[in-house]
This record gives sequence, C-alpha cells and structure tokens, in this order.
Amino acid sequence: MIDYLNILLYVQIALCVFCLFRIIRGPSIADRMVGIDIFGILVVGICAILSIITKRSYILDIGIAWIILSFIGTLTLAKYLSGKKLNE
Amino acid sequence: MMKYIAIFILSFIFWILLTFSFSISNIVVGIAAALVTSFVFGKYFLKHVRPFLQIQRYYWLIIYLFIFTWECIKANFDVAYRVLHPAMPIKPGIVKVKLGLKTNIAKTILANSITMTPGTISVDIVGDEIYVHWIYISTDNVEEYSQKIAGRFEKYIKKIFE
Amino acid sequence: MEIIGFIFICIGILFNLFGCIGLIRLPDVYNRLQSATKCVTLGTCSILIGVVFYYGFTNGGIKAIVAIPILFFAATVAAHALVKGAYIFGIKLGDKSVKDDYKDVHKS
Repeated sequence: MIDYLNILLYVQIALCVFCLFRIIRGPSIADRMVGIDIFGILVVGICAILSIITKRSYILDIGIAWIILSFIGTLTLAKYLSGKKLNE
Repeated sequence: MMKYIAIFILSFIFWILLTFSFSISNIVVGIAAALVTSFVFGKYFLKHVRPFLQIQRYYWLIIYLFIFTWECIKANFDVAYRVLHPAMPIKPGIVKVKLGLKTNIAKTILANSITMTPGTISVDIVGDEIYVHWIYISTDNVEEYSQKIAGRFEKYIKKIFE
Repeated sequence: MEIIGFIFICIGILFNLFGCIGLIRLPDVYNRLQSATKCVTLGTCSILIGVVFYYGFTNGGIKAIVAIPILFFAATVAAHALVKGAYIFGIKLGDKSVKDDYKDVHKS
C-alpha cells in the first residue's frame, strides 16, 4: 500500500507544476495570484499524504499552520491588488 | 463578562482537539493560553452569548451541513464537466441578487456557501444586495435566479444565525 | 480501513487534477478562480478524510478533522478577496461574458 501512496505523492507534486505554469505564464498579475493561492492549498495535500507515509502525525500540524499562513498571504496580496493601504 | 467566558471555553476546546492528550501539564498550558486569548480577543468576537445556548439551532445546523455537503459534491462534478468538455460550455457574467438576511454573520456565511455551490462565486456585498459571478447564466429573470442561487440556503441560515 | 482511506485519497487527487486542468484551460481570471477554488478545496478535504480513515480516532485523526473547517473558511474567504481585488484593479471580464451588474456600483 505504501508504494501506491508514493505514486500518489508524486502525482500531487506534479500537479504543482500546473500552478507554476500559471504563475510564470499568467498574462496579468491577478492570474499569478490565483496560481499562488492554489499552490498553497495543494501543499496541504502533500503534507497529509507525507504524514501517512512516514507515520508521523506532527506533519499535519505543519499543514494547519501552512493553511493559515497562505490565507494571510493571499489576503495581503489581494489588499495590495485593490490599491489600499495595509492598515485600512 | 459572559463573552469572555464563551471565548475562553471555545479556545480551550480547540486546544484540546489540536493536542488531544489529557495529561495534567498539557491541560495547564491550555488553560493559560486560553486565558491570554480571551483577554486579548474577547471584545472583538461576539455581541451576545444567548444564541449558543439554544438547542434547536444545532439541529438546523446539522441538517444544513448535510445539504451543503451534497451541493459541494454536485458543484465538483459540474465544474469537472465544464472543464473536460472540448467546447467549454461557459457563459459567464456578474448578476445582482437580493438578500432577506439582516445580521452580518448570516450574510458572511451565505456568501461562503454561495462560493462553494455550483458555478457561482460571490464578489461583493453592498447593503442587502450580493453580487455573484456566475459561470453559466441560464435565465434573465431576476426572481428565478435569485431562487436558484440563494434560495436553497436562505431559510436554513435564517433559522441558524438570526 | 486502509482500503477506504486509499480510495478517498485517490478521489481527492482526481478532483485536484480537474481543478488544475481548469486553471490551465479556462479563459479569464474569474473562471479560473472558480474552477480552481472549488475543485482543489474539496479534493484536499477528501484527502484529509482519507487520512482520518488511516489514523482512526487518535491524535492524527482529530488533527485532520480540525483542519477541514479551517481549510474551508480560509479558501472561500481568500477567493472572495481575490475576486474583489482583481475587479477593483481593473481586469476586464472575458470576451464570452454576457452581463455585468457590478459595473455601476464600482463607478460611484
């Protein structure tokens, strides 16, 4: 079973390449931000599968912290995009 | 005073769920962290405590969760169909939908629900109107698409959060 | 138990794949954000449910259950902020769009 999980982990990492393609190619700046947002969610899936393979449950803690940090980062980028000051 | 106690209990439950070990030292650290959290964030969080104590709200919440999960799964198959179809049957646009809800928290939850349901994503709330980006506009009739977008959730949310 | 968890993880990765294909194929920012947010969020939730089946009700399983509502609220609010920011920044809707009610509000 662990071998198949390894294959799934590689598939999930390969999906990140799609996001990187959108970040590099995106015609406007908003496209790049969409790519960054989706990339942050995909990393949580990588953390979850990795915690099963290595049988260490603290990797899920890293996933939860990653969700919150990626959320704050996306909000900051969106606020910059709409042209406001950060303390508004 | 009651709202400080409510946020203390909520954050302590959250700590127990995150660590999930019942040793003495863990519980003491949890109580200290929850005290700090409730002193710093207590005045921002909620205005009334009474809605937490009414039992029927939890009953409607459970029914709402089932309906919401079903809509989410339907949304995924809808998006997968539109993405994989070779001609991409999309007809996007931004429409305006009237709301019947009053409080802020109910409006926020409704906007989040709209974002996860098939083909719609909420853009902005102005007063009691919500602007929705829709991937496939099927009708031009205001009544009909209001019912289609928001009508499924509105009555449950009114019972839960107001 | 492990078989059920494995099936959930497979379904999750399939949905992630659909979301990423949508991110590449669809024509403008708003449609891309729609497909990507919905599919990727539910796919990751499905992966976390698979993790719950692997661990059972121990330390790790409870953590995975706690992560699901946090992921839901974070992803939806982030998508909402990105759509509004992109509209105010001045990115037009794509060529295929048929209606725009938000234009009047933003002008005033």
